[in-house]
Amino acid sequence: MSIANDIISEIVAKTSVVVPVDMQIKAAHLLEKTKSKVGLATASPEFIETPLPDVAMLPIDKVDVSNPFLWRQGLWGSYFKRLRDERPVHFQAHSPFGPFWSITRYEDIQFVDKHHELFSAQPIISIGDQPSGLEIETFIAMDPPKHDRQRAAVQGVVAPKNLKEMEGLIRQRAQEVLDDLPVDKPFDWVQDVSIELTARMLATLLDFPYEERHKLVYWSDVAAASPEATGGAVMRDELFPAAPAAAKALSTLWREKEARLAAGEEPGFDLVSLMLNSDETRDLIKRPMEFLGTFVLLIVGGNDTTRNSMTGGVLALNQFPQEFEKLKADPKLIPNMVSEIIRWQTPLAYMRRIAKQDVQLNGQTIKKGDKVVMWYASGNRDERKIENPDQFIIDRKGARNHLAFGFGVHRCMGNRLAEMQLRILWEELLERFDAIEVIGEPECVQSNFVRGYSKMMVQLTRKA
Amino acid sequence: MGTITFIEHDGTEHNVAIDAGSSLMQTAMDNLIPGIDADCGGECACGTCHVIVSKEWFAGTGNANEDETQMLDMTPEREDTSRLACQIEITEAMDGMVIRLPEFQM
Repeated sequence: MSIANDIISEIVAKTSVVVPVDMQIKAAHLLEKTKSKVGLATASPEFIETPLPDVAMLPIDKVDVSNPFLWRQGLWGSYFKRLRDERPVHFQAHSPFGPFWSITRYEDIQFVDKHHELFSAQPIISIGDQPSGLEIETFIAMDPPKHDRQRAAVQGVVAPKNLKEMEGLIRQRAQEVLDDLPVDKPFDWVQDVSIELTARMLATLLDFPYEERHKLVYWSDVAAASPEATGGAVMRDELFPAAPAAAKALSTLWREKEARLAAGEEPGFDLVSLMLNSDETRDLIKRPMEFLGTFVLLIVGGNDTTRNSMTGGVLALNQFPQEFEKLKADPKLIPNMVSEIIRWQTPLAYMRRIAKQDVQLNGQTIKKGDKVVMWYASGNRDERKIENPDQFIIDRKGARNHLAFGFGVHRCMGNRLAEMQLRILWEELLERFDAIEVIGEPECVQSNFVRGYSKMMVQLTRKA
Repeated sequence: MGTITFIEHDGTEHNVAIDAGSSLMQTAMDNLIPGIDADCGGECACGTCHVIVSKEWFAGTGNANEDETQMLDMTPEREDTSRLACQIEITEAMDGMVIRLPEFQM
């Protein structure tokens, strides 16, 4: 298994300069298929949903919060509350993703996140490993100093000054989307608003062909949902064809931009221009897994997160209708509400680390080499830090002090963009609509990582 | 009692009384100075209490450690005298200190 992976790495290293990125991924897929035929590859796990037990029925050691159906079955709240109260640093020895520690209280999560010298983000930040043959390299899963250099090369794209330039464009796109929505009849908010708006934003950030923007969404969805990494439902035979398609489109985008810049075109504020202008990333395309990894990070980072916060905000205001009245009476609460939405939803449940040495934490000894999962979704409901944490309160004091962006060197790079997108969405919604009623229950995705919605029917009432 | 002056990016000045022993970030929050977010609550872990200390006062604020430098490196508006306000402990000797705020917090 590891010998076969070494062979892949060697092939990739030797051929990366001459063979196009997408061809290399296709070759890796072929090798994986061969490996599985001769019994060398580990089988991709498949998760079958069954009703999960009430957490009170389980011995504490048996509690497994990596189950990808916990979110969909609405049980994550009670499971994590039990861990926070009873075993805040909890060891699960036999999960489908191998043994791992769960860090569930706010203060402990902040400690782990801050101490990158104790806890490494390498090789990846999902509970499970990446699908064999598709191990991308991405700076969210690199430690300093390499992380710092790569992040510095791209973070300018979401720097506040750049965002100020983009605000008008974001607002215009939000207006277009909202003006097209049906009124007084049900439609799917996820598809028509959340996905549509994030797709438009991603295409803008990447300067990606606008009419092909839904490809970005598709690639992102596929990349974040492999069963081995997050318990998702996207199997290898769907993932592998998607990867070379993405690699091909993105390398074409890169090469074309490179040629235009060489011909004297002014560099834009898009990601590819920025990366082509930085010494650290200029030759990224020669390192295919890093090339793909950087784009996957930026696309996934801007996709599931904002999308599910756009949906989660509407759901929260339906569950707490007095807050919607409060909002309509005082729209100046929008920025604070945006932070509260992000806390309440926490669209990415966790980040994973590996202990670099033995660490004592809250009465437990985490051993060097152990997997450590910081459950932001749990920390953001920690009664010790947040008053009435399950309540959605749009004028909550200290709403900004949530964990959803992470802390330390890996803190979310797109936090200001995310806040701005959500703020503009709500400003434009309040201009137009008097009510956004959720019809029935939303459908939740299968994942231990993304706390997302695949469908949520709503009905709008136009403002009188 | 001494004072510290915060100057917003648009030039608006705020004078606040010295609260020795408190952090500069906490003082800014207590006095509702706009332009400091302090998302991590003073843990040197988010970079959203970035301030620019006036040159003559910079040495008097102590040295930034590696954690702070790393967070400051992530800020595009970083200047030579940039600090994170949560890492500056206020002393009586800071009477008259002038602190500028960046246009944005990251």
